[in-house]
Amino acid sequence: MDLILEGIKKAFLLLVTLDREVLDITFLSLKVSGLATIISVFIGVSIGTVIALNEFPGKRAAVSLVNTGMGLPPVVVGLFVTIFLWRNGPFGFLGILYTPLAIIIAQSIIATPIVMGITVAAMQQLPKKLRLQILALGATRLQMVWMLIKEARLSLLAAIMAGFGGVISEIGASIMVGGNIKGYSRVLTTATVMETSRGNFDVAIALSIILLLLAYFINLVLTHIQQRERKQ
Amino acid sequence: MVDSDKTMDQKIPILEVRDIKVDRGTRNLLDVPHLSIDQGEVLSLIGPNGAGKTTLLVTLCHLFKYFSGTIVFKGKQVGNELPVSQYRRKVAMVFQEPLLFNATVFENVAAGLRFRKLERQEVKRSVKESLERFGIGHLSDRSARTLSGGEAQRTSLARAFAVRPDMLFLDEPFSALDPPTRESLIEDLERILEDSGTTAIFATHDRIEALRLSDRIAVMNQGRILQIGAPDDVMNHPADEFVASFVGVETILKGKVTGKKMGIATVSVSGREVAVIGDYGIGENLILCIRPENVTLSINPSATLTSARNTFPGTIGRIVPMGLFHKVELDCGFPLVAYITQDAVDALSLCEGSDVAASLKATAIHVVKK
Repeated sequence: MDLILEGIKKAFLLLVTLDREVLDITFLSLKVSGLATIISVFIGVSIGTVIALNEFPGKRAAVSLVNTGMGLPPVVVGLFVTIFLWRNGPFGFLGILYTPLAIIIAQSIIATPIVMGITVAAMQQLPKKLRLQILALGATRLQMVWMLIKEARLSLLAAIMAGFGGVISEIGASIMVGGNIKGYSRVLTTATVMETSRGNFDVAIALSIILLLLAYFINLVLTHIQQRERKQ
Repeated sequence: MVDSDKTMDQKIPILEVRDIKVDRGTRNLLDVPHLSIDQGEVLSLIGPNGAGKTTLLVTLCHLFKYFSGTIVFKGKQVGNELPVSQYRRKVAMVFQEPLLFNATVFENVAAGLRFRKLERQEVKRSVKESLERFGIGHLSDRSARTLSGGEAQRTSLARAFAVRPDMLFLDEPFSALDPPTRESLIEDLERILEDSGTTAIFATHDRIEALRLSDRIAVMNQGRILQIGAPDDVMNHPADEFVASFVGVETILKGKVTGKKMGIATVSVSGREVAVIGDYGIGENLILCIRPENVTLSINPSATLTSARNTFPGTIGRIVPMGLFHKVELDCGFPLVAYITQDAVDALSLCEGSDVAASLKATAIHVVKK
């Protein structure tokens, strides 16, 4: 019991004194997962919209594939990104393995199907006639698609939350492609694993609390936007 | 197809379509060899559910990729001389459901104008004007989600009118509304269509709506136009059994108010005077609808003292047995249909060609303002 209490006490000390190393790790986590989420929103929303709005042979198979991708194990993604970026792999010449950039790539791959899957569902939920109505008001195809995205914005916010939540908390890919290099590619989750294995529970608890608070605040902001929209 | 188009001093039609066909698999959803509509005209499409009214409107609005045939708008072939995108900006469509965006009423009505990239001030002015027209100026800042059914449909109509379309397609815009809401909206739309001179094609399954709003009526079934013509023409001279059963067997008469006294108006119909209840202005054009079961026949009108205010001498054209009763078609200077029982036929010894007097109460006449 002492172990836990002592750990929590030390953790708060680390947080209150704004420990340099802890802060750096936190900012890197935010930067990496934030960028990965932004990339996944661009790819996921655009491809998800294309899938949802068009009828083509194999559409059902495509949607199933995307939905399966929503549960893509980060370790598997980490493995393949590592192979691709390995020194004599296809993209080895880039020399980006064990860099924050490699983590961004891996996390984008994890978050994209999540955002895409929710986008497909959200766009398919809009009434079919809405498309005709928008076109009948003189919209070009591009204006129509933009209008539909605006109509589905609440669900798309949920997609962003889910995508960010998925990558900020994943560890498998980050540790494999980032390498958990101190002061360079060490993020909240990889640091927590390492500190725990070393028996530094105080630091591990501090990092965990930050991770939880981070996830909480991001979702709080997005939920706030969503609720305000709904009330209007 | 019976085409009794009025030859309106050789006007160029605003819209003319030829050989419009929509097939889905082996099923033929729409087959319209020819249809034209003049500038400022209001055409109603009436028919049961699944008759192809919506399909025709959606096709005419060029929202459907899969159709064959030509659409000519103001003398230019759409998709050829006139690009589809430009054509769509000259027309607008309102659906049965309001299909509003999740935004304020103002933003909804502004949507079409924003697609056209109009100046901000112009957008503001047009939206305001359109909202005022439909009497919903006060709802401008409300969220579309909080509107009642009638308010939502008004917003939808205001959104379509805001872009000042040359032509408007309306797909049963009132059918989801309750009667009082529907009544007030129809009144407003009637006035707005008249004031703006907008050409419109309007789908409905309500005959009275069609009578009130339109210059011509087209009866549709199974993707085909069975008959098209002036309302009284279609109602009184149905081209076939389907049209007859759909439009009902009411007598529809066109007339002009010639006098009024104590809440009773005198309407001149083909030279005969008909008394109707209601306060109408002299010279006003009315359409009178008479249900056959309200018409009574007698041989000697002076002998029958009833409270009926209208009695017309006439000749029996045809007697058609219809099971429990007989349908008697009369010529009283205008066509009139009566239902009478077998007993009455025997008692009055009616036969084709005999002279009778037809009576009906002023209260039994349904009046539609035209």
